[in-house]
Amino acid sequence: MDRREFLAISRKKTATKQKTASSQYRTNTGIQPYTGPWTEDEIIHLLKRTMFGAKKADVDYFKNKNMNQVVTELLNPTAPNPNPPVKDYTPSPNANNPDNNIPPGATWVNDVNNDGSIQTQRRASYKRWLTGVMINQDRSIREKMIQFLIDHFGNETTDVGNANFAYKQQDLIRQHALGNYKTLIKLITTDPMMLRYLNGYLNQASAPDENYARELMELYTLGKGPDSRYTEQDVKEAAKVLTGWQINYNTYNAVFTPSRHSTVNKQFSSFFNNTVIQGRSGPTAGELELNDLLNMIFAQREVAKFIVRRIYRWFVYYKIDEATEVNVITPLADIFRNNNYEIKPVLETLFKSEHFYDPVNRGCYIKSPLDVVIGSLREMNVQFRPESDYDTNYGLWNTFYSWMNNMGQNLHDPPSVSGQPAYYQEPSYYRIWINSDTLPKRNQFTDIMLNSGYARNGFRVQFNCVAFAQTLRNPGNPNDLIDELIKYFYRVPLGAQTKEQIKKEILLSGQQWDYYWTNAWTAYVSNPTTTNFNVVNTRLRSLFEYLFKLAEYQLI
Amino acid sequence: MKRRDFLFNSIPAAALLPELIDGYSVKALNPLSPLVQALMQGNTVTDHVLVLIQLFGGNDGLNTVIPFADYSRYYNARANVAIPENRILRLQGVSGTGLHPAMTGMQTLFNEGKLRIIQSVGYPQPNFSHFRSTDIWMSASNSNQEVYSGWAGRYLNYEFPNYPNGYPNANAPHPLAIQIGSSTSLTTQGPVVNMGISITNPTSFYNLITGSTDPVPNTRYGEELKYIRTVVRQTQKYADVIKTAANNVTTQGTYPSGNSLADQLKIVARLIKGGLQTRIYIVSIGGFDTHSVQVNTTDTTTGIHANLLKLVSDAIKAFQDDLKGLGIEDRVVGMTFSEFGRRVKSNSSIGTDHGAAAPMFLFGANIEPGILGDNPTLPANATVNDNLPMQYDFRSVYATVLEKWFCLDKNTVGSLFPPNINTQLQTLPLFKNVSCSSTPQPPSTSGDKVIWNYPQPFTQNTEIFFKTQGGHTLIQIFDTMGRLLATPLEKDYTAPATGRVTFYAEGLPTGIYYARFQNGAFQTVWPMMKVR
Repeated sequence: MDRREFLAISRKKTATKQKTASSQYRTNTGIQPYTGPWTEDEIIHLLKRTMFGAKKADVDYFKNKNMNQVVTELLNPTAPNPNPPVKDYTPSPNANNPDNNIPPGATWVNDVNNDGSIQTQRRASYKRWLTGVMINQDRSIREKMIQFLIDHFGNETTDVGNANFAYKQQDLIRQHALGNYKTLIKLITTDPMMLRYLNGYLNQASAPDENYARELMELYTLGKGPDSRYTEQDVKEAAKVLTGWQINYNTYNAVFTPSRHSTVNKQFSSFFNNTVIQGRSGPTAGELELNDLLNMIFAQREVAKFIVRRIYRWFVYYKIDEATEVNVITPLADIFRNNNYEIKPVLETLFKSEHFYDPVNRGCYIKSPLDVVIGSLREMNVQFRPESDYDTNYGLWNTFYSWMNNMGQNLHDPPSVSGQPAYYQEPSYYRIWINSDTLPKRNQFTDIMLNSGYARNGFRVQFNCVAFAQTLRNPGNPNDLIDELIKYFYRVPLGAQTKEQIKKEILLSGQQWDYYWTNAWTAYVSNPTTTNFNVVNTRLRSLFEYLFKLAEYQLI
Repeated sequence: MKRRDFLFNSIPAAALLPELIDGYSVKALNPLSPLVQALMQGNTVTDHVLVLIQLFGGNDGLNTVIPFADYSRYYNARANVAIPENRILRLQGVSGTGLHPAMTGMQTLFNEGKLRIIQSVGYPQPNFSHFRSTDIWMSASNSNQEVYSGWAGRYLNYEFPNYPNGYPNANAPHPLAIQIGSSTSLTTQGPVVNMGISITNPTSFYNLITGSTDPVPNTRYGEELKYIRTVVRQTQKYADVIKTAANNVTTQGTYPSGNSLADQLKIVARLIKGGLQTRIYIVSIGGFDTHSVQVNTTDTTTGIHANLLKLVSDAIKAFQDDLKGLGIEDRVVGMTFSEFGRRVKSNSSIGTDHGAAAPMFLFGANIEPGILGDNPTLPANATVNDNLPMQYDFRSVYATVLEKWFCLDKNTVGSLFPPNINTQLQTLPLFKNVSCSSTPQPPSTSGDKVIWNYPQPFTQNTEIFFKTQGGHTLIQIFDTMGRLLATPLEKDYTAPATGRVTFYAEGLPTGIYYARFQNGAFQTVWPMMKVR
């Protein structure tokens, strides 16, 4: 789609819409299957939203497959899950219980160690690893879905302190990210990190702690929308249902202690049809009552709607107007419910929908720091060392983890249990990512990666513009080169005048004839001497710097 | 590492910020400490401004500053593009050299004593690739050397070593260099970061000044784009000062319309007058790559090249007049450069191919007026590969600007250039004495032969005789393509002396060779003929 087409379509939509809408950029498209053109442009749109960046190799891979094939493949990962994080640190001298039992390079995830210094080191190790996992993501939606759910549950690793818990929660999410949401909620309720983070481990009959019960309803299932009318008493009753769970710090497993469980009947409000959950005792009481609780909650239509809205804001757009609520959220929520809260059918319908490919919904998503850092590393084909060289890899991943952190997104460590404000905070949403502190950092990051990159143990990672250009269709033609870069890096093309200007001022160094670039490129390809490399590299780097600094680059 | 090595050393942009300035870790210092404050202020206090005008494409110097002392040689070499002798613009007090007829504005400037013409500026082993030669001119590297920083960038890095950390600040509140254009130039690339900013997109300063903005589509995408652009503006550290400076000036002189160079220079004048302390501005105009039809055959004083020269000449004249009207002409000098000149002999497409040495213009109220260098002598029977022998290395021009306009001491200036030419850099008489301290005029050599050879012509070797006034003395041998074949002499003499060196030309083809003699600010080129 070229720029003119894009603009024309957006006008056409306005002209043909059936409902009154005050703003031009509304749409009435819904979840009916998209039947429009299926080109690289649609594939790039889909990949940038469901993965971290649209790697050219991935675009090429999908180029000759139809929409159903592509979506099916993205939603059904076949690659094995990554190996767990390894010990990339030397135990701190402050540790009273250094984990010398774990050899360097071996995983620590199964080793119980409650030393604060060791856990601090493991938290850092975990985040480096998670960064690497995303950089090396398989060709599927898996890693982005995992990040969605980690953010959705909003647990803070630093607050919990225990890296083994964090890894374990991540792994639980990983197993169910494309599975059944209700099952995931059941399991995460007794996940050690969750028990620790929302005080479930303190919740007992004699002194119920409402923290998890409240968030279970408010953040994980029902939400706080106008149709979500559970009461304060419902929270209190749910808290009683959830009493008795503890964490065994010798095994890092959750345990149910019947003596701490509230055995009374739990009476819920009219919102839940005055349901009574029968008080139980004994070792199975906790699980049986939890089942009842979740059955009661998931019977509410609002659960599906709330979760679908969360999914929508993570993958599509932050504003949900009346038309979107009616045409997209409600039918997707029906699908969610009718499929007993299986996640995949919802995603499948969404990513095949007319609404998802609606021109109005393209390019309107501000990149998260993950999209900026992981996405650009992937799109620029930055390669790391073999897994065995964990010291080099983890060291470099640490740098990229830090960048994301500095840009406002700390892995598995959101600012609060609500997750990142970009996905819930009215009215700014995604715009929260971009401010006078973070935007220059985004520019600095791409500048550094283009100029020097980072080195560890003599191994350097950086953006190689020349190598990237070599993967393109016709890099010797400056017009094709710029068009293709724009195709991969921007969602809406630049105007002809701007393209002409950057071609002339950057690629042609002020010369008016295209063949000067062509000659320079040809000279490099046929004779890649340092001088010939520098001639093209200087200009390409300048071009990439320019493209990465325009506001357009922040949108996917 | 010696300091002078440090300043020049072409640390690829890969390196981290320079940690050590005279042994102090600047990065680690408190930004409020006196040392850091001093460093940020710039080492040298000056209100002087340099405006670089880049002529993209390789300007045909021989049709710009025309040597017509021997008009027939000029005409014979390039009959199809030659300017008729009677149309060449005469310059006051000058015989045998004139300007292209389109350059009436610069003729006036010359006659007012505000224009300096430097003859035959180039570098040894000229490279004929636009890109490569542009990079050489911008980086001031040797022809065979890769340098990743620009000459002005290294200068600004010397003055403001910690940039961009802690900038802008109270002492250096303004951009160090401004380029009108979309990307910052290699000229201002420092060892680590570019020391300059550009004032069109992506930063949209140009729009700030002209008040227009790029349209955003009326879509969700456009809505977000607009938001991000707003933040982009807010975060541009220099946006406000530039806008304020531009707004300070409401009246300017008249500039020609339809002249993009004039548009750019008008903004530069406005920003200088408006109070920016920026030292270097870069503007540009393209189209000088005149391989074909550079003139109209019916009237060779018209055509593509004439139009370009008129744009340049009119723009510079209007700019200089505006500076005068604004009362800032004492603070500003301008300088043109192009990646190369063009071949002596024209081609059959009524154009000229890539060449080597060419004239540079320096203009302003404080430049030393007149022509520097000899009128180029053209070969009697120019062949397709003939180029003008270089009289001045462009790096001597840069070095003189730094020393005599930006008032750097000579050693520091030397440290900003490739080590092998440190000693060969000349301080040229380009500026009036008001600027920093006076430059000695080159010793008068009229009627005095300072270099000659014997035998002449010669068959194998020839002896080159010279007279030095003392001080640094250099002899270089070039062929007609500008290649440096030998440097038979480079020596510091404590007193005037005579001497001789041998040019070993066995194995070299017959033809013209040039012995370039340089003594202090003086230089001359002596042709030597090898025969069978």
